Amino acid sequence: MGAVVGTLTMGERTKGERRRPSRDKIDDDFELSIVCHRPEGLDKLEAQTNFSKQELQVLYRGFKNECPSGVVNEDTFKQIYAQFFPHGDASTYAHYLFNAFDSAHSGSVKFEDFIMALSTLLRGSVREKLTWTFNLYDINRDGYINKEEMTDIVRAIYDMMGKYTYPALKTDTPKQHVDAFFQKMDKNRDGVVTLDEFILSCQEDENIMRSLQLFKNVI
Amino acid sequence: MAAGVAAWLPFARAAAIGWMPVANCPMPIAPRDHRKRHDELIILNVSGRRFQTWRTTLDRFPDTLLGSSEKQFFYDEETKEYFFDRDPDSFRSILNFYRTGKLHYPRYECISAYDEELTFFGIIPEIIGDCCYEEYKDRKRENAERLQDDQDDNKDCKLPNMTYRETMWRAFENPHTSTMALVFYYVTGFFIAISVLTNVIETVPCGATPSQKDMPCGERYTIAFFCMDTACVLIFTVEYLMRLFAAPSRYQFMRSVMSIIDVVAIFPYYIGLVMTDNEDVSGAFVTLRVFRVFRIFKFSRHSQGLRILGYTLKSCASELGFLLFSLTMAIIIFATVMFYAEKGSSSTKFTSIPASFWYTIVTMTTLGYGDMVPKTIAGKIFGSICSLSGVLVIALPVPVIVSNFSRIYHQNQRADKRRAQKVQKARLARIRIAQTGSSCTGFLQSKRNDLLNELLELTGSEEEEQQLNKSMSLLESQHHHLLHCLEKTTAHEFVDEQLYEQNCLETTIQSYTSRSPSFSSQDGPMGTCCTRRGKMNSPLPNSSLPLQPSHQQGSLQELSALHIQCGDKVPHTNSRSSLNMKTDEVGLINCKGSQITTAIISIPTAPSDTTDGDGLHGPPQRRPPPPPTGPQAPSINTTASSNVIKVSAL
Repeated sequence: MGAVVGTLTMGERTKGERRRPSRDKIDDDFELSIVCHRPEGLDKLEAQTNFSKQELQVLYRGFKNECPSGVVNEDTFKQIYAQFFPHGDASTYAHYLFNAFDSAHSGSVKFEDFIMALSTLLRGSVREKLTWTFNLYDINRDGYINKEEMTDIVRAIYDMMGKYTYPALKTDTPKQHVDAFFQKMDKNRDGVVTLDEFILSCQEDENIMRSLQLFKNVI
Repeated sequence: MAAGVAAWLPFARAAAIGWMPVANCPMPIAPRDHRKRHDELIILNVSGRRFQTWRTTLDRFPDTLLGSSEKQFFYDEETKEYFFDRDPDSFRSILNFYRTGKLHYPRYECISAYDEELTFFGIIPEIIGDCCYEEYKDRKRENAERLQDDQDDNKDCKLPNMTYRETMWRAFENPHTSTMALVFYYVTGFFIAISVLTNVIETVPCGATPSQKDMPCGERYTIAFFCMDTACVLIFTVEYLMRLFAAPSRYQFMRSVMSIIDVVAIFPYYIGLVMTDNEDVSGAFVTLRVFRVFRIFKFSRHSQGLRILGYTLKSCASELGFLLFSLTMAIIIFATVMFYAEKGSSSTKFTSIPASFWYTIVTMTTLGYGDMVPKTIAGKIFGSICSLSGVLVIALPVPVIVSNFSRIYHQNQRADKRRAQKVQKARLARIRIAQTGSSCTGFLQSKRNDLLNELLELTGSEEEEQQLNKSMSLLESQHHHLLHCLEKTTAHEFVDEQLYEQNCLETTIQSYTSRSPSFSSQDGPMGTCCTRRGKMNSPLPNSSLPLQPSHQQGSLQELSALHIQCGDKVPHTNSRSSLNMKTDEVGLINCKGSQITTAIISIPTAPSDTTDGDGLHGPPQRRPPPPPTGPQAPSINTTASSNVIKVSAL
């Protein structure tokens, strides 16, 4: 992939000896290693995504500022996301988001993953957006959304609202929300929603179609 | 919003697409970005040294000088840069704050100069990172104390217009202020010394008299000693009464340690005067004389070192307590062992375990008087173990106490550290409020502003609208839009704590008082959010209040209230719905030109109850309240803070 994984080692040094980061460094027990990841070249990324060079620059600067090592792990991800929702608890939803971004299931999100997902969400076609959303909801990646998964997602969204809402949140509000969702989406009433049902139902709904176009100009 | 992650706002907004299929209502429109897309470099010229940074870097902290529009005042048109006539060295750390989000305090910098720079650029010092905060606070405290000392030196000059009482108090507290005070100070010191000496000499046997045995001086020269004692006590009493008179807070003075010592010092004398020469009580009287030795503690007023010693002992109390506790444990253990070891031998001094305590203490502290010695082999073995362990047990806590003492003695700042803990909590609270709290309230505040703006749009009042249009940064408006979308998705609104408590209260009250069937409130929010405000001209979905037919449930439901944000035409066309228990219908709210934000219906009480005719107070002050119509018209209360009318039947 062209990515260089350099291992920077810190630790005890004798005077006058200086080690430089090299490719095949063996980790010592006493030394701390930071994995540093560099993304592919700007041109390549521009080809792969729907962003222009300048947009990629802005995005990368912001990304690098928050994660100097070039990768985001789940905790940092949750912290960042929580800062946008000070009222409630955004960690559960951030967890699902992280899994959706981390398409390779490596436990960390690199800049490429980040950019790919953003490209789909902001500049992708309707079908791509809906597929991405379906993958977000399908927590165990089995191709079906069942009620438990949906309840988890909806509950995570409600958690972000926090305690002080009007009208006050009741314990079965998420459940009712999920029931309404399944009412709409589950066409053949088999208790699960497949990708096709999902896309079909969403395309029928005016509101959803409109709101998918909402964030086109975010960058 | 935490400005450090402002760059991630696009990501957060993109992720909001995940909510869209779940939501049932249309989303609000996104704020438009009028500015040019690409980021630009800004040149900051600080006294000749040019710093360059991206505009978005500075925009991270919009409540500082560089992040807000305040920097426009420093813009130089000709050179197209921002010029600041400040210290370029300090500016380095300030600019790094924008770049990294962390503020550091450079150690070579003077504390007051740094503070001034921070104040100029609008950055609160509490944001200084933990790595540098201790240093900063220490330096600041030193500086403050130095200034304080300077002030104190000036303070001792006599202020005009002090009352006699205040003068006296000052004379007592600071003896070097006036000659009289100094004289008084030395006289009392002298008499304390005399009093202590007489107490001591009283007991010395002096000179043989023709009578058989040596008498202590106290019994030989009774009159003389009594006169001496009386004189001292008189002086002390007078001094105490004068201090009591001069004290600014008498109750506090009486509770202070020094005054208690004074009282204890002079009390036995008076008791002795009162008591008769009764045989029974004279024993008690003698014990009371022991308290006269407390007069020596009066010296602590005269000696600063004594006060510090007492203070440090008090603060080492936990270590002393530990020492005592461990000693007690060891004493009990060894006393028991010695007792049972020596039980066998004849004519032993170890008659009981408490009797063995004395031996154990003497051995463990390595005194070794020798009045009690073990005779058996086992006793000797255990005795030696006892003395060895005694050394250890005492040696362990004592260095801790000693180091404590020296630390405190050098620092002399224990009280400041306790104050610092409170400051730390206050500091964290301030940061939290400044960063998160303001974003919470910022969002709620802007919501109210938006509603108010729309109201004013209806009335077409230009000036007020302009007044209320606070220029919010684009980032903020985008963030608020994001929160708005979340509200729409879940069909619940953010409110602040008081409103929430209020609603809860009303819910519980209403659910008690109402017995009639009412509408389920569950579907209310979801259904009615779609009746969110539209333009002024669009007809209101009067007939589509979905609460109508299908919620005839006999059980008791919670309260819901109708929110109507009425436009100007309310008084004319308003016909309030009457919530009729029998038909369980919702009448139509016909407010032309008004905007329904959320509609929740409240529970009607039994129809015979008359409603609490509060009437409508009107959301903004200018509107006259429309009169309630119908006998069962629900009363309308306004909560002025949210600018919506709540219709609730009581």
